[in-house]
Amino acid sequence: MISQTKGETVTIVLDGEDVEVPAGSNLVDAAALHSKEIPHYCYHPQLSVAGNCRMCLIEMGTPMRDRQTGEPVLDEDGVPKIGWVPKPVIGCATTVSQGMHVKTISDKVTDCREGIMEFLLVNHPLDCPICDQAGECRLQEFATDYGRGYSRYVERKNVKPKRTRLGPRVTLDDERCILCSRCIRFCQEVADDDVLGFVDRGSYSTLTCFPGKELQNNYSLNTVDLCPVGALTSTDFRFKMRVWFLKESPSICTESSAGSNILVSSREGEIHRITPRRNDEVNDSWMTDSGRALYKQVRSDDRLLTPRGNGTDKILDHAITTATNILKDKEIAVVGSCHGTLEELYLLNRLSKITNSKKYLRGYFGEDDGILLSADRTPNLRGALLSGFTNSYPKDNLKSLNNDLKRGGLDAVFVYRDDILNSEVDEELLKGIPLVFMGTQKNSTSDLAEVLIPSLTSFEKKGTFINRSFFAQGFEQAVPGPAGLLPDLLILSKIIEGLDEESKIDPDLSLIWKNLGSPPKSPLKGITFNDVLESPVKVDGSKWESLPFVEKKAMHYLPV
Amino acid sequence: MIDFETIQVVAIKLTFAFLMVGAVMTMAGYSVLAERKVSAWMQGRVGPNRTVLPLVGSVPVIGRFLQGLGIFQPLADGLKFLFKEEIVPGHVNKLYYYLAPIVALVPALTTMTVLPFGEFTNADGNFVPLILADLDIGILFILAVSSLGVYGIVLAGWSSNSKYPFLGGIRSSAQMISYELAMGLSLLPVFLWVSEPGSSVSSLSLVEIVRAQNSSTWLLLIQPVSALIFLIALFAETNRLPFDMPESETDLVGGFHTEYGSFKFGIFFVAEYAHIVIGSAIFTLLFLGGWNFLPWLDNPWPSSWIGTLIGTVWFLTKTIGLIFFFIWIRWTLPRFRYDQVMNLGWTKLLPLALANLVFYILLVTWLDQSNFNLP
Amino acid sequence: MPKTVVLERKPLSISERTYLPQIATGLKTTFTNMFKPKVTLQYPEEKPRIPNNYRGVPTLVKDPNGREKCVSCQLCEFVCPPKAIRITPGSVPEDEEDRHHVEKAPEEFEINMLRCIYCGYCQEVCPEEAIFLQEEYSSSGYSREEMVNDKAKLYELGGTLPDQHYKWDKKKQAEDEGNSH
Repeated sequence: MISQTKGETVTIVLDGEDVEVPAGSNLVDAAALHSKEIPHYCYHPQLSVAGNCRMCLIEMGTPMRDRQTGEPVLDEDGVPKIGWVPKPVIGCATTVSQGMHVKTISDKVTDCREGIMEFLLVNHPLDCPICDQAGECRLQEFATDYGRGYSRYVERKNVKPKRTRLGPRVTLDDERCILCSRCIRFCQEVADDDVLGFVDRGSYSTLTCFPGKELQNNYSLNTVDLCPVGALTSTDFRFKMRVWFLKESPSICTESSAGSNILVSSREGEIHRITPRRNDEVNDSWMTDSGRALYKQVRSDDRLLTPRGNGTDKILDHAITTATNILKDKEIAVVGSCHGTLEELYLLNRLSKITNSKKYLRGYFGEDDGILLSADRTPNLRGALLSGFTNSYPKDNLKSLNNDLKRGGLDAVFVYRDDILNSEVDEELLKGIPLVFMGTQKNSTSDLAEVLIPSLTSFEKKGTFINRSFFAQGFEQAVPGPAGLLPDLLILSKIIEGLDEESKIDPDLSLIWKNLGSPPKSPLKGITFNDVLESPVKVDGSKWESLPFVEKKAMHYLPV
Repeated sequence: MIDFETIQVVAIKLTFAFLMVGAVMTMAGYSVLAERKVSAWMQGRVGPNRTVLPLVGSVPVIGRFLQGLGIFQPLADGLKFLFKEEIVPGHVNKLYYYLAPIVALVPALTTMTVLPFGEFTNADGNFVPLILADLDIGILFILAVSSLGVYGIVLAGWSSNSKYPFLGGIRSSAQMISYELAMGLSLLPVFLWVSEPGSSVSSLSLVEIVRAQNSSTWLLLIQPVSALIFLIALFAETNRLPFDMPESETDLVGGFHTEYGSFKFGIFFVAEYAHIVIGSAIFTLLFLGGWNFLPWLDNPWPSSWIGTLIGTVWFLTKTIGLIFFFIWIRWTLPRFRYDQVMNLGWTKLLPLALANLVFYILLVTWLDQSNFNLP
Repeated sequence: MPKTVVLERKPLSISERTYLPQIATGLKTTFTNMFKPKVTLQYPEEKPRIPNNYRGVPTLVKDPNGREKCVSCQLCEFVCPPKAIRITPGSVPEDEEDRHHVEKAPEEFEINMLRCIYCGYCQEVCPEEAIFLQEEYSSSGYSREEMVNDKAKLYELGGTLPDQHYKWDKKKQAEDEGNSH
């Protein structure tokens, strides 16, 4: 695995050029740092080295030393002689050393690559027209880049099962498999669920699950991403859309406080799949299967699309005005949500400030799997802390709201995304109290609400989430929102303006960030939205060290 | 007091007038068809051959034949013009805009009153011409009235209040003036010839000119230069290619009728062809012997009503032949440039016509002095 | 290289300057043309001869055994310059005896003939030789919807074309004859 952080470097001679590379790295990564591609299938920077595909064969040599004296051997010109290894070596299993000479381009290397490609393609079905991997297939890419361009194989190809079910979400096409074993290593090393293995020998070799087991862990779809060919395919995405139509936009997963970095693949505004985006500080190259399914909420049946205000009025602007009128000059309760972005929670906080209202926040908790599904099932609990919306750690219910309602004195409730009826708030107590709901999905609270303001999912807007390690991660809009709907920030700023002209704030992210960083002791001081959009920024969370965070030790996370 | 006889004469004249208008308009309509057919043939096409009346079309052989000839096409064209939407651009001068097509058509139809198309012998043995009004000054009347036609074009161009029609109108009036002169001058030798002293005829009447060509030669053979100048001027006066300056669709969109559509355009269209029909008839009368058979030959047909009929048909044949010639020229020659039109009119045709006139004055004078027998 | 010959332009003679003989020549030409054979094609009754490689309406074809050839790889949709093609991919059901090994087939295949520019890229790019621009050149309809050819219409227009490869049959044969594991 890559270990560049130590800062030590060694000098190697890469294709005749002296280059500095991190000590301890292997040749594939080292060459990649200097824009030299060494093609590889089985090697993955975040998995152990198997060295079984042989695609990364290169020529390697070290300066010769006299065996007796240990002095460098010089040739006639006084230049140290290089002792080239007589056979090509695999780059992925070769660690760089000082003075090492490497040829990534030579006749021998080209010959090796052509030979390997030809062997890999001998039994490959070449069914690219029906293969989901086509377009992002390493076999396709390397066949054009390094292959010979024709095959000398005239015999009949092997036929293997094409639709083996490995698990509930993964389908295996055996013919396409090149036996790189990435999926096996992933299950062993990352998912910690050793279910895959090869059986049989030679051209009979087949990937299979252990008897009586299935590939059903919550990380199984990562094997599909890992697979350099089209052997492992996602049953959900199978035959749905060709990858060359998909526009990939970076975003952040909202499943839990792990905050996995993701790529949202969409075509014409419709999301077709979600894949992990490599971030070595947060999620390496992985994400959960359950997180991948979240895009379905964008076009699900329970998506809120029609505003409601004043009975049958279906105009968003009117709904917002009605909501403002309800909230104006009243004793109100503001229920926030850890699903809101940092910026939205900041505006929500401002809303509660100008109305002098009490704030309520509920947390959602579950099992921690120790990898990328943390016990805190909201993406932005720490954002709620940083935005000032809350100072205490939220509980699993809203009993405090229930108690306040019981005590009386509340005239209206503004609910942002949360389902208060599901949080131990008695429906009876809400009778006669107008309820304004703003959110994306239908729930029992939205059904009850007098005014309903539909808003956008995290794929349709921009903002910032702060994950369990206090990494502030910005994200951009990936797909356009449904026609007629407005971003949450804009809605909130309209309501604020309607409530108090003087507290009005533009729904501009950089402006909000300026405000967030303005208090002298703010941990967000000096950070802009563009910074967190570019790369995760670690925020100082020591202020909240004493809070009872529920997350357990997991990938790139140590509980304080 | 209007007596019965006057009413009778007026009634007869009116009937004849309507018949002639009908005849001329029909010929104009079918000239359009001829134009389309002849142009098609000359360009290797077939021309209109689709239009057919429901019942006639189902007659075996003949129905198909008539359809192939496009006999029903003028009817369809006329109906199309009639039923098209009336569009009047907002920027036109309404009164003159509506007046223009009428002004273009009326002179063409008026000139036909003095056009003879045959003659018969009455009970007294006198030759009576078939004509609506046998004016002594027939040709002068024609020259006077037919040049009124240009007002239609000028009015159309001006009232359309748009640049292309305006240019078309300007060109048209300039062209008229230029060629009117040559036309008039080319006709003088004709009258000199037929009205020489001692001759029995001495008139500007078209009937007399035709009679002068009876049993004698056609004036075309005696005065070829006059005929040529008259013919060229006739092309210019009728705005036919190569002289269709007012319209010239390649540089003026549609010229004077750019802003016209539907039936008003149809009237312009018919007026142009009516001018051609009348022009052809005049040329036939003046230079091709009218209803007389062939040069130097007596009419072979009897002097009864049958002869009259044959004579009229013969006259029509010549006229139609000339219409064909008009069409033929159009699909052969390219359009002149405007300066070329002016150049030809003023520096070529006018001097030529003058020289022609002087020559025939001298010739006729000499002939008179020498008492030379006319051929 | 042939030598350039400069021809001297002679001054016009008197008869030439009147242009009359030239006009007469022109009249002769047009007159003789009147009697030459006509080239007009009486269209709805007479149809033009369609040359080889003519690019008419794009169609989907079936193989000689009447099976769908398209596997909905969507390359045509990708390559189509005016974005006239829209495919909804689907899979072949497992129980389809003849075709289940092909796995993929279009669920819906639409070509919008109001967008199509008849460039033939779809035919060129098709790896399965399933889409062809055939001889049909006249397509018309009363509404925009009518001008969108759906899958059924495309197969109706396309019919069956001979197949040289039988790619998928060969695969099935290999499977049946013992290369299977």
